[in-house]
Amino acid sequence: MQWETVIGLEIHAQLSTQSKIFSASAIAFGAEPNTQASLVDLGMPGTLPVLNAEAVRMACKFGLAIDAEIAPHNIFARKNYFYPDLPKGYQTSQMDHPIVGKGFLDITLEDGTQKRIGITRAHLEEDAGKSLHEDFHGMSGIDLNRAGTPLLEIVSEPDIRSAKEAVAYVKAIHALVRYLGICDGNMAEGSLRCDCNVSVRPVGQAEFGTRAEIKNVNSFRFIEKAINHEVQRQIELIEDGGKVVQETRLYDPNKDQTRSMRSKEEANDYRYFPCPDLLPVVIEQSFLDEVRATLPELPVEKRARFEREFGLSAYDADVLAASRELANYFEAVNTVCGDAKLAANWVMGELSSLLNKDNLEIDQSPVSAEQLGGMILRIKDNTISGKIAKMVFEALAAGEGASADEVIEKKGLKQVTDSGAIEAMLDEVLAANAEQVEQYRAADEAKRGKMFGFFVGQAMKASKGKANPGQVNELLKKKLEA
Amino acid sequence: MHQFTLAEIARGLADKQFSSEELTRSLLARIAQLDPQLNSFITVTEELALSQATAADARRANGESGALLGAPIGHKDLFCTQDVLTSCASKILTGFKAPYNATVVEKLASAGTVTLGKLNMDEFAMGSANESSHYGAVKNPWDLTRVPGGSSGGSAAAVAARLLPAATGTDTGGSIRQPAALTNLTGIKPTYGRVSRWGMIAYASSLDQGGPLARTAEDCALMLQAMAGFDTKDSTSVDQPVDDYLAALSQPLNGLRIGLPKEYFGAGLDARIGEKVMTVVEELKKLGASVKEISLPNMQHAIPAYYVIAPAEASSNLSRFDGVRFGYRCENPVNLEDLYKRSRGEGFGAEVKRRIMVGTYALSAGYYDAYYLKAQKIRRLIKNDFVAAFNDVDVILGPTTPNLAWKLGEKNNDPVAAYLEDIYTITANLAGIPGLSMPAGFVDGLPVGVQLLAPYFQEGRLLNVAHQYQQVTDWHIQAPAGF
Repeated sequence: MQWETVIGLEIHAQLSTQSKIFSASAIAFGAEPNTQASLVDLGMPGTLPVLNAEAVRMACKFGLAIDAEIAPHNIFARKNYFYPDLPKGYQTSQMDHPIVGKGFLDITLEDGTQKRIGITRAHLEEDAGKSLHEDFHGMSGIDLNRAGTPLLEIVSEPDIRSAKEAVAYVKAIHALVRYLGICDGNMAEGSLRCDCNVSVRPVGQAEFGTRAEIKNVNSFRFIEKAINHEVQRQIELIEDGGKVVQETRLYDPNKDQTRSMRSKEEANDYRYFPCPDLLPVVIEQSFLDEVRATLPELPVEKRARFEREFGLSAYDADVLAASRELANYFEAVNTVCGDAKLAANWVMGELSSLLNKDNLEIDQSPVSAEQLGGMILRIKDNTISGKIAKMVFEALAAGEGASADEVIEKKGLKQVTDSGAIEAMLDEVLAANAEQVEQYRAADEAKRGKMFGFFVGQAMKASKGKANPGQVNELLKKKLEA
Repeated sequence: MHQFTLAEIARGLADKQFSSEELTRSLLARIAQLDPQLNSFITVTEELALSQATAADARRANGESGALLGAPIGHKDLFCTQDVLTSCASKILTGFKAPYNATVVEKLASAGTVTLGKLNMDEFAMGSANESSHYGAVKNPWDLTRVPGGSSGGSAAAVAARLLPAATGTDTGGSIRQPAALTNLTGIKPTYGRVSRWGMIAYASSLDQGGPLARTAEDCALMLQAMAGFDTKDSTSVDQPVDDYLAALSQPLNGLRIGLPKEYFGAGLDARIGEKVMTVVEELKKLGASVKEISLPNMQHAIPAYYVIAPAEASSNLSRFDGVRFGYRCENPVNLEDLYKRSRGEGFGAEVKRRIMVGTYALSAGYYDAYYLKAQKIRRLIKNDFVAAFNDVDVILGPTTPNLAWKLGEKNNDPVAAYLEDIYTITANLAGIPGLSMPAGFVDGLPVGVQLLAPYFQEGRLLNVAHQYQQVTDWHIQAPAGF
């Protein structure tokens, strides 16, 4: 049987506010346990929450960016359950009246086509603390630094049909929240976490299958693996005559498998009700207008502009627009060199692999946009070949010169375009390979094609790569066929 | 000295007839001597009181004045007081010394009050007899075999017995007004949002409101003036200037329109209380008020609505008492669930458990609409009743309670009978309007209270009516025998 996968995602984005959503405590990552926990965060008797206006502003930014309706009245509710790292015995969240209503996000699939993913809602809530089990023999420690950290929970429609689409969607959300400056997107630190609701159904069936929710998958790679694994598990289960049960599962990246955490029957009755300590949040149109005015160019708009203005492919535009910093870098390179295509190739090629190798972010790049742009200029004016450019780039990365020009000068990498000099060099090469020259001349057209490359290689080697490849080709052909 | 009201103390201190330290020492001695009969204090803060008293005396010596500078008071034991046991009269807060002061405590302290101690109450303010306290029942100084009312029973008994001139209380369904009525005091529940709830341990957040209990309306005005005001730490407090309550006291009552809701005088009301209420009405007429009958048709739904909303909120508010971070923890828990179950099972009393269970049920999936949502709709209707009534009248007047103070233990096995004692008071909490109870005479030697209700933020009007009444009557200065 042919199966179709249906996926909906819940993404928790930690908002990069200065302080917590309901208290004045800081939210920096990695502080000593319980040093960023105020009376409110500790759930001390008699304490009360006060909503952080910045969190509201950030949620509105997100809502506007996904073309969603922002609820003029939205209400905080209490989600009641007991857990040691949940100090009040309830999480303050939003249930029936979330701040952000229905919206959508367009994502680019691997083949360059676009797909629109519906977003059901996004709501504000507070994070819980952390239970620490390692350092306490026979006991658990509780760190409430994270308790009260503002989260925006972004709930997608079940519009996603494969693990790859899911990853593309998460990447698009990741890019968006970073563009908006509302979340640092650091998945390793848990700033962006993902719950995946996965089900399968026979192709053509209208109803959804029973879904399982995989909790807290924290990297793009794991999202893909966890979903693929879960899909496989469900298909095998059904094909073996079993039934998928609605449950919450955990993904174990070490074993690459999901395992059951709790079933629907074991699920809490959260007894949601409006939080009586907080007033309804009223959002006025004038406030929204003000927030809208602060929105940057968004990834979708930037992508379209890159295609339109620079003639980039959908794929290239998508990669370059994925982060605001990368896009800014690319545009800076392009401004210097005036060749978007070359700029894109270098940013996505050599620069990306350099950054990947050293695990650097674009704003930590050892080669500045000005340096890279200047170097591309020298490719364009034939001062250096593409091959030599790679050497120049490496030298710039190693800090061996302030500019491409300086490196070229210092290392004598200037391309040789003097045809007299090239001819002399070619004569030497042909003389040193007299046997091959004879074979070439005796060969038929098809064989010659193959052998020609040998002479080019020898010539470039002899010139240490500096000879202009076009001229080498032309002159070599002339000489061999003379 | 113990007979002095706050206003008299202010004059005595200003005239240097006595010092705050002398007054404090005298009242501390009185508490030590008499409170064993009443059990109105959970903690006597002698050291704190004496240091505050000497500080107040020093401030006066430096030329400072202030109506409450050096005035001794007590706090209901659900207001957080830094480094002092704050128990909510519950075992579950055993050993809990609050790490901070409630806004009310802070405001009164900066006005120069002297805190003599923390006052007994119904556990987590759940009750109307002050019998549910982990620290034992409080006795009514007018008859030691009877209850003082609740939940601010310790506050009421201590002030009525002249152990203190005034005390703070809280009122979620009548917990200031009802004990005031049963102990011959004046007590006011302000408009919801008038007094900060920061540091006031919650029972039902949307209903709780702090206020004073004292012997006179004037003293209530002095206290409320210091307690009221916007607080950025409480999102439900209202950013509106506080009226001058003292200035409001002296206004004549000419033209005052009083509404008597017919629903307040029906079945269930002790007829002798009804008579006393009508003598108050006659007196107010003499002062220039006019009277008309009004109707609050949804009053009959108030108790069921209240006993859904309040327990629902309480079930969530009390979740933080889990034995993990503070207060009581059971011995040798075997695992997390055991820790929760036994800490809470052993730490909460029967009435608190009853309300947690009722509230949990009311919020459960499948029941929410039928209970909580319906109760909220009733709440809206009750509010509308008041809004409509206040189109025609300035204040609403009626009995504070349907019955006189009852015998200790009398209603222990009948929670619904006890809940019905709140019938006249809880509507003000549901609607959020201010309400005041003042002494209206005695039946069989037991005090009777009259309740006045006013539109939002008209605390000044309530205090004004009560004060004018107290200028022409002397019920409020009657003291219980032996105190």
